[in-house]
Amino acid sequence: MNDDYQYDNQTVKGFIVSSIFWGVAGILIGLWISVQLWKPEWNVPPFFTYGRLRVVHTNGLTFGLGVGAIFGISYYIVMRLAKTPLLFPKLARFHLYLFNIAIALAAVSLFAGMNQSLEYAELEWPLDIGVVILWVIFAVNIFGTIIRRKEEQMYISLWYIIATVVAVAILYIVNNLSVPSGLFKSYSVFAGVNSANVQWWYGHNAVGFVFTTPILAMFYYFLPKSTGIPIFSHRLSIISFWSLVFAYLWTGAHHLVYTPLPDWIQTLAIVFTVFLIAPSWGSVVNGFYTAGADWPKAQANYLTKFFILGITFYGLQTVQGPTQGLRVVSQLIHYTDWVPGHVHMGTMGWVTMTVAASIYYVIPKICKTDIYSIGIANTHFYLVLIGQLIFSITMWITGIQQGALSKAVNPDGSLKYAMVEIIAKNYPYWQMRTLGGVIFTIGMLFFIYNIYMTIRKGKALAVSNA
Amino acid sequence: MAGLHEKLHTRPVTFAVLSAVVILIGTIVTMFYPMLTPQMHPKLENLKPYTPLQLAGRDIYQREGCNNCHTQTVRPLKTEVMRYGEYSKAGEFAYDRPFLWGSKRTGPDLARIGGKYPDAWHSMHFEDPRAFFAESNMPSYGFLNKRKLDAGDVVSHMKALGFPYTSDEINALDGKTEMDAIVAYMQVIGIAAAKKPAIAEAARAEDKNPLSGKPEAVAEGKDLYAANCAVCHGSDGEGGIGPDLTDNVWLYKEGDMGDGALHNIIANGTQPGREIEGGKAKGGMPPFGAQMDKNKIWALIAYIRSIHGK
Repeated sequence: MNDDYQYDNQTVKGFIVSSIFWGVAGILIGLWISVQLWKPEWNVPPFFTYGRLRVVHTNGLTFGLGVGAIFGISYYIVMRLAKTPLLFPKLARFHLYLFNIAIALAAVSLFAGMNQSLEYAELEWPLDIGVVILWVIFAVNIFGTIIRRKEEQMYISLWYIIATVVAVAILYIVNNLSVPSGLFKSYSVFAGVNSANVQWWYGHNAVGFVFTTPILAMFYYFLPKSTGIPIFSHRLSIISFWSLVFAYLWTGAHHLVYTPLPDWIQTLAIVFTVFLIAPSWGSVVNGFYTAGADWPKAQANYLTKFFILGITFYGLQTVQGPTQGLRVVSQLIHYTDWVPGHVHMGTMGWVTMTVAASIYYVIPKICKTDIYSIGIANTHFYLVLIGQLIFSITMWITGIQQGALSKAVNPDGSLKYAMVEIIAKNYPYWQMRTLGGVIFTIGMLFFIYNIYMTIRKGKALAVSNA
Repeated sequence: MAGLHEKLHTRPVTFAVLSAVVILIGTIVTMFYPMLTPQMHPKLENLKPYTPLQLAGRDIYQREGCNNCHTQTVRPLKTEVMRYGEYSKAGEFAYDRPFLWGSKRTGPDLARIGGKYPDAWHSMHFEDPRAFFAESNMPSYGFLNKRKLDAGDVVSHMKALGFPYTSDEINALDGKTEMDAIVAYMQVIGIAAAKKPAIAEAARAEDKNPLSGKPEAVAEGKDLYAANCAVCHGSDGEGGIGPDLTDNVWLYKEGDMGDGALHNIIANGTQPGREIEGGKAKGGMPPFGAQMDKNKIWALIAYIRSIHGK
């Protein structure tokens, strides 16, 4: 592309590098808390206990790695699909700086125990305002650029990015409404059963609109780009998009099965959760058939395996999730380690896989060079795959064990196991999970090294061409 | 449909507005609509707002992220009710902003923790969980003992929530530690709901211990004692948080207590006000009936009898 120089690649690169930085921090804290579970001496009160570190881990990876990559890669995609530079490049640069300041402050505040106790919305109110500003800046730039686009048709990825911005705005603002009491403390405006319903409407759709729609935007853009094969069915992508965006919002209460929440809300949520298999698999089928249309060609590109395995894990995730929502399954595995096993198949298998592959595509493009080493990329791929499988499978096994032991009774009907006995039986699995995490982390280090060397290679080429 | 969408593709603002409408349908039906109805705002008649000390404790619970490992909702499932007590009712949470039901039970559920153990049990357990359960993975929270509450903060929090308080309650915070606060919070969780005993069936008062004096029962009882009882009653029954078990005082009264009554206390605990052997229990001992079957409790009694008078 001749007008490449117009594109604000530096901001894109800045977001990608920042997201990798926060990603490493979040993963290392994840390893730390995984050890704390089987070695309580690794808790260092007051700042580094499990209760405080777990939220640093989840927020660091959701907002640092996830949202950072989403901002950067969405800017990249939007500029190219609109065939025009960002409307406000300086604002985008400010967005990058503000993002890093906000994530740093967020981490410090969570270490300090400033915590609203709402899952994935733990940040206290001053930081909530910061997060809203970040999304407003993003929305202004995205919409502005799309409106001024030079390409008449909006491609699938743009639909998903638009839906992401709209949904996040509604979800984040509503769930964080609170009455402040000083700068560091606030109380939710919602109470009791109602606050549970609002929180899980938010919590589940944070998964939907941070870990699903923007990642699908990347998938729909980079799979055809890296393989050179157009997307299999435009019609299927239209049906998948609207039914996904419609159905997601009904499903939050599947997190509250058997709680005092009114039964009809739970049942409605379970029904829509099962329905969600259809639009999710719409994208899975579209991905498979796209690569399958010319498999030798798709196979020739090293990124295809990242995308196809990523969408496969997305497919497995979106069958496992609705299964868990069913009452008969929920009563066994809810509140157990099965659920972290499920979550990490999505985050390590689908999200990180797809984001990493997108970064592999973007960084050489904007550095005007090729990837430093396909061999290292392949090593990265297999290590994160093995690490994630060990993590998820051990947690599924121990989750079933926890559920089953807590229900086990003696012949006279009394409970067979005390809670502490059930905890003790998890230790070998928790240790194996740490091993899986270490393997995954090593895989990510290969990835980072590869990206670092590619950027260096690009700089060296730029100097020699000058 | 595809035709309509082709047009929609070229109009980003219309597209965004339509997305918002589609997103809002499920949101309105499952979230905004119920919020406007009384079913989402139930309140038990005897539920009270938190006192300043209890609220300070709840704030600490949130600050330390206790909800990452402990749930506060008992599901209406048979074994869960046996393990934790009466299942959670919608009306118990009216003053919880936000709810703290949690999503993961790395440790036990706490919805019925209020009144289950004496205060001293909690503060000692917070300080050193592994002194109670060798295989516990809970962090130690001894530092809460060293931190004093800030009455000014507590007042501003009470005001933000609109909870009533008296100046006596605020003055009483003077010198109180964060440990006092979190223990006070533990003791108020879930007490507004009517309590049912965790286990219905226990021995009758006139029952005799069928394992009395049997050496293998005494040996089994000794192990059970070390695992379950020693933290409160001392490693040799000399007493501690709970009373001495080697003397002849039972439930504040001189004189022996029958095997059946002892069995009943171990199985069902000593909830305050419960009538046992003509006396009123003052509370302190949790029920063990859910985790020890009848014969295990008889073995334990055989052991307790064996250390009597030593």
